[in-house]
Formats: sequence, C-alpha cells, structure tokens
Amino acid sequence: MQGQAGENKRETHRVLIAIPAYGEEKSIGAIVAKVRQRLPYDVVVVNDGSPDGTSSAARNAGAITLDLPCNLGIGGALQTAYQFARDRGYDALVRIDADGQHEVDDIPGVLDPVLRGQADAAIGSRFLGGNEYRASIPRIFGIRFFRWLVRSNTGYRVTDPTSGFFAINRRMIEFYSRHYPSDYPEVDAYILMHRLRATTVEVPVRMYERAEGKSSISMSRALYYMVKVTLSFLINRIRRFA
Amino acid sequence: MTRITILSVSASAILLLYILEMVRRRKLREEYSILWLAGGVIMLLFSLKRNWLEWVSNAVGIYYPPSFLFLIGMLFILLILIHFSITISRLYQMNKKMAQDLALLKQEKEEKSE
Repeated sequence: MQGQAGENKRETHRVLIAIPAYGEEKSIGAIVAKVRQRLPYDVVVVNDGSPDGTSSAARNAGAITLDLPCNLGIGGALQTAYQFARDRGYDALVRIDADGQHEVDDIPGVLDPVLRGQADAAIGSRFLGGNEYRASIPRIFGIRFFRWLVRSNTGYRVTDPTSGFFAINRRMIEFYSRHYPSDYPEVDAYILMHRLRATTVEVPVRMYERAEGKSSISMSRALYYMVKVTLSFLINRIRRFA
Repeated sequence: MTRITILSVSASAILLLYILEMVRRRKLREEYSILWLAGGVIMLLFSLKRNWLEWVSNAVGIYYPPSFLFLIGMLFILLILIHFSITISRLYQMNKKMAQDLALLKQEKEEKSE
C-alpha cells in the first residue's frame, strides 16, 4: 500500500489525508477510492471502535487503517492519525469526514496555503465564496456564538468555526499529537493554534448535508455541545502546555 | 454511653475494619484507602470523646454537637468523590493513550506481515 502511494507520488510533499470514521461502512469505501483516484496522497482511516465493516471497506479501497480497540471520540481518533503522521514523517495532513459531507475535489484548495507555507493551518469554510449552505436557526445562532468566542479570545476572524475540513503543517501535527481535545475539537483548536501563535487562513469549500440526516443533533445534545466546548475553550486559554 | 454514642462508635469501627480488610485482601489499594481510613478515625475519635466534639462544635458555633459529625462525614464524602473524578480522568487518559498506541502498533505489524 505504501509502495503504491510512493509510485504515483508527483509532489515533493508527503501529505496524509486523515478520515476518522465510526460506523461508516457504506460511505467510507467510495470516499477513500475517490481520494486515491484523484490525489497522489496516502489516506489513513481511523476506525473509532466501530463494530461494523468500516475498517475492511476502507482497506479494500486502498486506505491505511488504524483500528482503535474502543471508542475514543472523534478527537481521540484524529489524534491517532496525527501520531501516525508524526511517526511517519508526513509534511502535512488534511482531515475530511467519512460521511461525504466534504468535497474531495476541494482538498487541493485547502491544502495549498499550507504546502506553500502561507499558513500553519488552512480551514475550509462553507460560508465563503458564495457557496449556498442552508442551516437551521439554532445552528446559525451557535455558529455566530462561536465566531464571537474565537474572535474575542484569539483575534482570529473566522466565518466557520465548527468546520471539520482543514489542512495542517508539520508543526501543528507535532503539537496536536500531544495535545488535542477528545471530543468536539474544532472550536477548541483555535485556542491551541492561538497558544502556538499559528497562522491560519480560511478557504471556501462546498459542504453537503448528511444524506441520512443523522447529524441533526437534539436540543439537549446541542446545549451540551455549547457548554462543553465553551468550557474547554476557556480552560485551554489558561492551561499549561508542556 | 448513650445510644447515639454506641451507634456512631460501632458504625465507624465497622467502617475502619472493613477498609482494612479490603486492603489486606488487595481489593483496595493502599493509596485509595488513606482517605477512607482518615475519615473513619476522625469519626471514631469524635464518637468516643464526646467532650472533644462538644468543644469543636462550640468553637465553630454548632449548637447540637452530633450534627458536626454529619458535617465531617459529608465533607469526607465530598472529598472522596472529587478524588474519584480525578482518578477517573487519569484512567481515561491512560486508556486513550493505550488504545492509540495499540492501533498504531497493530498497523505497523500488519504492514510488516504484508
């Protein structure tokens, strides 16, 4: 698998596409295959302890798979991919979702500022570039709240603070390998980047709603999300990092 | 001895003996028994020495001395629960680290056997 990736490698940069997955055996194969077909990069799928065929579907489509023995949450799964990228000497890492929410063809656009050394992290935003994205009223409220939280605490002016579509360079990979939130990591990441004095840039991307509509989280879950993220965000502001 | 004295003395004595027995049988680590033993000893002392209890209660302005015992008991339980939360968080961190290392090692092993 590694040999294959080496053969069709055209660029000097080694890039890893990381996809955390839980119970995505139906969609994961197509996404991995699409990335492998369009881009000269290695794909790693972190199976977050799902009991279904997620792992074998990913492997059959040409991904490297990391199987967690138990469910760690999306941040814990992603951190495993960062550790893998760190150990294997990748220069950059792009995270996309396993449910088809992110457009594979947008990966080069997100990756570009990082590979050219313009930013430590590039984050895909669904609100830039005139892309149409319809969101429910509570979600818009949440996004506005997090925009304000991020801007008032870090100075980063972001349009899409909860975006899970991003690229990071070697420096961020190494830091995240050691420090990364276990769940709901996206907003929290801005504090970590701020603490590192990392440079960030937003890039317009397309985002699709989940087909099954599983992501329409309930009101109590959404409230828990807001409280948990705000708390860990503020604590990370005053926390020590070794 | 009043009935309340007999009751609280025997309750704290049973607690102490039970904790010691659990430690002896290695069902409870010494590290975690310390808080329980300290709580038990203090309860036992105050149950036996009623005048100590009265003195301390007066000093902090509690008019019914046995309710000071309840206060001590509650504070100990609170302390022990916080201790548990910290321990669980530490266990989670260890568990996460092990799961991640295991996944990385498994992948490395598969790669070598290919």
